[in-house]
Amino acid sequence: MDISLQEVEYKYQANTPFERLALVDVSIEIKAGTFLAIIGHTGSGKSTVIQHLNALLKPTNGKVVIGDRVITSDKKQKHLKEVRKKVGIVFQFPEHQLFEETVEKDICFGPMNFGVSEAEAKERAKIAIRQVGLQEAILQKSPFDLSGGQMRRVAIAGVLAMQPDVIVLDEPTAGLDPRGRKEIMDMFYSLHKERNLSTILVTHSMEDAALYADQIAIMHQGRVFRKGNPIEIFSEPDELFHLGLDVPEVVRFQRMFEAEFGQSLGKTCLTINELSETIMKHLQGGSK
Amino acid sequence: MDKMIFGRYIPADSVLHRMDPRSKLVLIFLFVCVVFLANNSLTYGTLLVYTIIMLSLSKISIRFIMSGLKPVLWLVVFTLFLHLFLTKEGTLLFQLGWIEVYEEGVKQGLFISLRFFLLILMTSLLTLTTTPIEITDGLEELLGPLKKVKFPVHELALMMSISLRFIPTLMQETDKIMKAQSARGVDFTGGPVKDRVKAIIPLLIPLFISSFKRAEELAIAMEARGYRGGEGRTKYRQLNWGIRDTSMLLALGLVTALLAILRA
Repeated sequence: MDISLQEVEYKYQANTPFERLALVDVSIEIKAGTFLAIIGHTGSGKSTVIQHLNALLKPTNGKVVIGDRVITSDKKQKHLKEVRKKVGIVFQFPEHQLFEETVEKDICFGPMNFGVSEAEAKERAKIAIRQVGLQEAILQKSPFDLSGGQMRRVAIAGVLAMQPDVIVLDEPTAGLDPRGRKEIMDMFYSLHKERNLSTILVTHSMEDAALYADQIAIMHQGRVFRKGNPIEIFSEPDELFHLGLDVPEVVRFQRMFEAEFGQSLGKTCLTINELSETIMKHLQGGSK
Repeated sequence: MDKMIFGRYIPADSVLHRMDPRSKLVLIFLFVCVVFLANNSLTYGTLLVYTIIMLSLSKISIRFIMSGLKPVLWLVVFTLFLHLFLTKEGTLLFQLGWIEVYEEGVKQGLFISLRFFLLILMTSLLTLTTTPIEITDGLEELLGPLKKVKFPVHELALMMSISLRFIPTLMQETDKIMKAQSARGVDFTGGPVKDRVKAIIPLLIPLFISSFKRAEELAIAMEARGYRGGEGRTKYRQLNWGIRDTSMLLALGLVTALLAILRA
């Protein structure tokens, strides 16, 4: 399912003394099957953008096209469930939304709201709990007896069990330990590949953006500052530094290497393997 | 949710904002009593004028206050109808089946709901122009004498300031959880009443849990910083009673005198 934001403007608390312009002229195309990373500072409008992707927020100007639904400011929107069924959002700290007595019930909550039968929902819960790397035995426990990391995974499973076409992740790994982080990101990536999902990832981690994304959008003060694929984005590190953002460690190392040796490697590498091979080749080529 | 104004402070530079919180508290308290003096259209008119003057002094847009008060307006309208249909005095104005409206009912309904509305307006004005911390400081100061009879004034003030302080936080949290649950297919705004009541559970439980957690974290943070009650505590913010405070109270005094003369 394609999603497109067209010249979206959003004001928080419009027509009150607290009115605040959060998004200005934001246009983003998300074709089905894309992995888009949105990066930017706190307060740059990232979280506001993603709430438009399943009509939790209506743009105050411009329009959002989700599949065949058009969301604009003036229309009283009905039947948003259809949209929300297809676009699953994992919010920041999703463990805060858990409420049921058992993990199983909580995971089934989403699917059943969207009209899935109880038997089918339970089936999905089993699949989802394994996808997030937990044992089926945990399904009968209370979600409040789990550790923070486990709660996070259960909450994610609750969104996965909805089996959305588009999955939106708002810093899904914030506050997790490094291993948990990698596991969860790898899980999302393989899901993205297997089911041909569209994935939208909001992140502060340049590493994740470089590793997983096909497209990157940089937000700055409510605007889309730049869009492009990771190579394009990270080939111009100065621009990112200027915004107070960083580049992946690999890119930083490459820059240091190039500065030290006074020559360019000819391309921007995004993974450690790629970089080490390029450097090896370069050094061997240089010594001959 | 955005338009909710209860317990909310709106920064501005107005006479009301600069008043001493103590005088504002006393003023509101007196106003609440004075309102009950009114018993005819002349006196209610006086009160209405007074309230409008106070509103305009606050430099807060009246449109904003009105839109914020919408949820309580229903209560006011409800009061109006209650009196309209249940008071059976004076001459009968009209009858429709079992519904009978009497002259006294119309009068009572209008007066009581106006009184109710004015009370709400003035008390919202207090929180709109005074930061929660000022209110608490003022209250603590005003209740100070009660310390002599071992009344826990400081603790009460602290409780108040904490609850006021966390209203916006709680609202944000509510908004966040509502969105998260909406994304999981909960419909908070539409559908049959039964479903909407059910939809409250996935909202309330997470809200309670996070509130308890926050309370515990707050308690730990306070203890870690050596909080042990109000004994020997000094204040960073000093309260200043000025001419504007005295004159505001005098103005209310004048209104009271006027009411006493005009009332039937």
